[in-house]
Amino acid sequence: MAATLEIRNLHASVDGDESLILRGVDLTVKEGEIHALMGPNGSGKSTLANVLMGNPAYEVQAGAVLLDDADVLEMEPDERSRAGLFLAFQYPVAIPGVTVANFLRHAINARMKAEDPESKGISIPKFARMMRQKMTQLHIDHNFAGRYLNEGFSGGEKKRAEVLQMAVLEPRIAVLDETDSGLDIDALRIVADGVNSLTGPSMGALVITHYQRMLNYIKPDFVHVMYDGRLVESGGPELAHELEEKGYEWIREKHEAMTQALV
Amino acid sequence: MAVVRRRSASPQAPRYTRADVEALSGSLGEPSWLLERRLEAWEHYQRTPMPFMEEEWRRTDYRHIRWDEADRLIRANGATAADEPGRNIEPLTGDEQGGRLVIVDGKVAQFELADRLVKQGVIFTDLGTAVREHEELVRAHLLTRAVTPADGKFAALHTALWDAGVFVYVPRNTVAELPLHAVCFNTATGAAFGHVLVVLEDNAQATMQVEYASRQSDKQSAYIGATELIVGAAGNLRYVSLQDWNRETFEFSHQRGVVGRDAQLDWVNGVMGSRLTKAFIEVDAVGPRANARVSGFFFADRDQFFDLDTQQNHNAPLTNTDLLFKGAARDNARTLWQGMIKSLPQMQQIDGYQVCRNLMLSDEARMDSIPGLEIEADDVACSHAATFGTLEQEPIYYLMSRGISRPQAQLMIIEGFFDELLQRVPFERVRQRLVEEIKAKIIG
Repeated sequence: MAATLEIRNLHASVDGDESLILRGVDLTVKEGEIHALMGPNGSGKSTLANVLMGNPAYEVQAGAVLLDDADVLEMEPDERSRAGLFLAFQYPVAIPGVTVANFLRHAINARMKAEDPESKGISIPKFARMMRQKMTQLHIDHNFAGRYLNEGFSGGEKKRAEVLQMAVLEPRIAVLDETDSGLDIDALRIVADGVNSLTGPSMGALVITHYQRMLNYIKPDFVHVMYDGRLVESGGPELAHELEEKGYEWIREKHEAMTQALV
Repeated sequence: MAVVRRRSASPQAPRYTRADVEALSGSLGEPSWLLERRLEAWEHYQRTPMPFMEEEWRRTDYRHIRWDEADRLIRANGATAADEPGRNIEPLTGDEQGGRLVIVDGKVAQFELADRLVKQGVIFTDLGTAVREHEELVRAHLLTRAVTPADGKFAALHTALWDAGVFVYVPRNTVAELPLHAVCFNTATGAAFGHVLVVLEDNAQATMQVEYASRQSDKQSAYIGATELIVGAAGNLRYVSLQDWNRETFEFSHQRGVVGRDAQLDWVNGVMGSRLTKAFIEVDAVGPRANARVSGFFFADRDQFFDLDTQQNHNAPLTNTDLLFKGAARDNARTLWQGMIKSLPQMQQIDGYQVCRNLMLSDEARMDSIPGLEIEADDVACSHAATFGTLEQEPIYYLMSRGISRPQAQLMIIEGFFDELLQRVPFERVRQRLVEEIKAKIIG
């Protein structure tokens, strides 16, 4: 069965602050589909990404998130990951003293042990082979594996490291939170190639981006526009082009007119 | 309301007498100069009050030591190297062994030294044997050039009563490639006065690791020790010291490296054990372009108290010292690092750096860092820093988002914190063992 991530009427706020950032998000992402999520700054895109992954800095006020009918909101972030959810962070945090390789080996072993408590984890040679293959695929220098995770990484390296993690962990549904921000055109192409080679029949993706630029390289099946904590427009790839031409102002005007009318 | 504890009662002293010094020296059959040196130190000890409210002691209350248990001199009771749990005496590397000296309860329990090193003229032996076989070398260096009785009450007591130790001597222009390994393990409780004396002549090189450990006991012990690392001109010493005393041991130690012209000292100090540790860790850069790197890691849990007092003395121009300590504390543990960079007047173009990074793992733990500079020259680059952190939510969330459980994520972050320092230990299997020890402390 194809994996399905279903977001229903999701309301969320920053932990300890009652004002809502997400005000009723409905969205379904299936394996094999690429959804682009666009919207002006402050519309709630990154909040949605973090709420989906279980960032403790946010609090869900209402709604549901289901992954193949399992209640994602009841899960800790590590359980969400092992269930097949992945978030490519907009601002990946540095973990001094933990190498990329050591970190990913632990992540793989955590998966294997969750499935089989007796598992001894991946063998070192097998892991090394797999890492080399994935790094080559993503045009990543092999010495990357021995560096401390995200420490001293350039913006582009951090984003590539996120895509490498996605390649290694093979999620079923991936959320990419502004993975294009801070990348020059070459880095963007490499990251996009990586995403394209991973998405396919076995992975669905929610690609969050402020700019249409990313969507020249990653072709979405669906485009959604978020404004003020809700998805206010949905359509095909043509919607992204419309946004590129008109900017976000017309969304704001249209949405505010609708709100006025309701009042 | 906060309770103000008045430190009125000064600390008790151990119950030693001059007769103990004479008896010890007699039983070891020592030459008269050595007895004289011991007695001179004894006089100094007698004249010095128990340290208490002096600046470097006033944060360290050791009055819970029960000298009626802790001051009994440890005597060999037939225990052998087999009584050591095996962890510490495991070879440092899988390759050719250099030297290994295991001292159990003050007595040599195991000794090996590679022929290659013997042929090079490298001396690696226990200090008692060294006094008999290399008397002039010991006389020239022991407790005169690095640690001296004037360093403090416990340095004086140590000089009067040292009873076991390790002696290393590397002749001029000699590279001792194979590492030397010494283990001091006590099965009995009471007082140990261990000494390490390492002398590298000009242009000599060596790598050495010393480990201290003892069997768990509910009886108190005291370690009143000293370490002297003397590196001649253009010499190069890599030295690792790992302390894992049992939880009823009180350590009072003086450790000093003396680094000559163009010489290098790379010193790693690990403190994991003991109930209370008060260690003075100092380097004297005594020749131009002397270079010392001093690294320390410590992890205190439960009721442990570590007070690490470091000093970097720039006694020559163009000298360079670099100190990095990293520590963690959990439960009710307390740690204190007091650092000082000093220069003699007009020692120009010196570069001294010191930093202590603290990771607090519980609200009840307390960690203090007090850096200091006393520089009497103007053309210098000296700086210091201290940082304090806790386990933050953000990196834990990041690791968990990849499927790693919360406890495992915390473990990885703490291990990562120490990694930079563990990488300075030149032996892969020792690093692995230290990771396991850190893990055991985290899991509790």
